Amino acid sequence: MSNARANPFNSIAVHVALLTYTAIALFPVFVILINSFKSRKAIFRDPLALPDGDTFTLIGYQTVMKQGDFFLYFQNSMIVTVATLFFVLLFGAMAAFALAEYRFKGNLLLGLYLALGIMIPIRIGTVAILEMMVASGLVNTLWALILVYTAQGLPLAVFILSEFMRQVSDDLKNAGRIDGLSEYTIFFRLVLPLVRPAMATVAVFNMIPIWNDLWFPLILAPAEETKTLTLGSQVFIGQFVTDWNAVLSALSMAILPVMILYVIFSRQLIRGITSGAVK
Amino acid sequence: MTALKLSNVCKSFGQVEVLKDINLTVGEGEFVVFVGPSGCGKSTLLRVISGLEEASSGEVEISGNLVNDVPPAKRGIAMVFQSYALYPHLTVRDNMALALKQARMPKDKIAERVAEASRMLSMGDYLDRRPSELSGGQRQRVAIGRAVVREPDLFLFDEPLSNLDAALRMNTRLEIARLHRQLGTCMIYVTHDQVEAMTLADKIVVLRDGKVEQVGSPMEIYNNPANRFVAEFIGSPSMNFVPAEQLGGPVGTQIGIRPEYARITKNGRLPGTVVHVEKLGGDTNILIDLSDGLSFTSRQFGQYDIAIGDQIAIDFDDSKCLAFDSEGQRV
Ligand SMILES: Nc1ncnc2c1ncn2[C@@H]1O[C@H](COP(=O)(O)OP(=O)(O)OP(=O)(O)O)[C@@H](O)[C@H]1O
Ligand SMILES: [Mg+2]
Repeated sequence: MSNARANPFNSIAVHVALLTYTAIALFPVFVILINSFKSRKAIFRDPLALPDGDTFTLIGYQTVMKQGDFFLYFQNSMIVTVATLFFVLLFGAMAAFALAEYRFKGNLLLGLYLALGIMIPIRIGTVAILEMMVASGLVNTLWALILVYTAQGLPLAVFILSEFMRQVSDDLKNAGRIDGLSEYTIFFRLVLPLVRPAMATVAVFNMIPIWNDLWFPLILAPAEETKTLTLGSQVFIGQFVTDWNAVLSALSMAILPVMILYVIFSRQLIRGITSGAVK
Repeated sequence: MTALKLSNVCKSFGQVEVLKDINLTVGEGEFVVFVGPSGCGKSTLLRVISGLEEASSGEVEISGNLVNDVPPAKRGIAMVFQSYALYPHLTVRDNMALALKQARMPKDKIAERVAEASRMLSMGDYLDRRPSELSGGQRQRVAIGRAVVREPDLFLFDEPLSNLDAALRMNTRLEIARLHRQLGTCMIYVTHDQVEAMTLADKIVVLRDGKVEQVGSPMEIYNNPANRFVAEFIGSPSMNFVPAEQLGGPVGTQIGIRPEYARITKNGRLPGTVVHVEKLGGDTNILIDLSDGLSFTSRQFGQYDIAIGDQIAIDFDDSKCLAFDSEGQRV
């Protein structure tokens, strides 16, 4: 191991591989970004060229700002994503704690049942979900989306978090019980901080599909005031004409908030706060 | 008054019976050590006493009160865990104060108790640090301090020294003994370390497969084990067993001889060959293969000169050996 680390060729090879991968992964984002600053003609003439004096334009961004209620869409997406993450993490962690910590009849079955959702795509139930939302009057509200996404995110969250919660020291929880802490305090104050990296993983896994989803916003909340960003951007894509400047600008702006959320969560991923609890 | 009384305590996990009909009385101020092989139910018994596990049947009394339905925090106990189990997000001071805060004790009283405990365990230097900034020994001290501030009627220790290195283990052991003398509180201590059991205990409880095999003072258990299991389990190196008929006794019974009573002679009753010698400086353990294939250990005081392959014989005083019947009971 230490040999492999010390070997400069190995180190270079690893870096070349990782940099290549990074370049490939970032390339589409890069193309979107540069083209969002170019005029329509320039986009088609030479899609890979950087914007220069002739081709630079902010027309796309201007269109986006003018047409449609871009900031409202933005806000809707943000509300839906953040609220969903909150509920998925809260309920997922609570269910995971119960499954990991308490012995009761049907514990294993319940765990399997909750995990089943990982394998069954929620979109299969779209018609039934739509009927339910219509019946409960939730169509065209952000709650419709939040509820559906929470249901969609919970199985994986419970699965991952219960695995991590099993690893939290029993002694620590028992020490809390002997000191008179309630089960809620034990859960919120002792266990949750120790599974923070797992929570961040779950958050990242859930966040991106929700942010990018077109399916449910289109079906459950297509009204103007509940449109999400992804749905809102579709107005620029027509059957016959597509306003590429606007589409690319909207996409570029849509990347920002997810990136900010991602940075927040990934710092949690890295931070090791577990040391010193036990051993 | 009794500090702890267990009557017919049983505990099963599903089909598995882990504790079988445990009866035990512990007097005020006694230091009781539970020993037994791994998986025999020592920790489970401690958890039943603490209330972390419910007994499947039977009664647990602490200081004369039936506590079967009392939650752990209200039982008047404090527990120290093998893995320290300190709260990672709290300072040493807050770790110790937490239980008292939960019990809504006034602030000045809490501060007083924490100061007293930290003086007793000399932890004044690191009261404001977090557990992650302490060494293993310091962490275990804090864990002990956290138990001390609660001024419980009963201390429970679950292998508190197993994660410490040898030197620290010895120091902390002495510290616990001193603490017991100072506080005079009843302590129950789980270990599988012989030395801890023998040196700390007023009373040793030997457990096997969830049953109490013998209860007694360390010397009583050492000199007068109730059965072959206890005889073999207590003492290191462990007792030698030789079929009695080899020595002219009744068929089927066994004779137990402690290694330190086995003399090495030219022509004793049990001839054999030296196969291994462990020189510890203070004493010497000599492993011998007897002529009929049995292994035998002799322990000689001091540095004993003997070589592998030497033909020797073992002898012993009949008064020092114990006889066991075919069931392993003493006869
Ligand atoms: N929650 C549980 N569910 C099922 N079985 C359990 C549970 N806890 C303990 N056991 C079983 O009970 C038996 C006794 O366990 P316990 O932890 O009390 O042993 P121990 O004497 O403390 O052992 P060690 O010296 O290794 O700590 C073991 O066989 C164990 O598998
Ligand atoms: Mg144990």
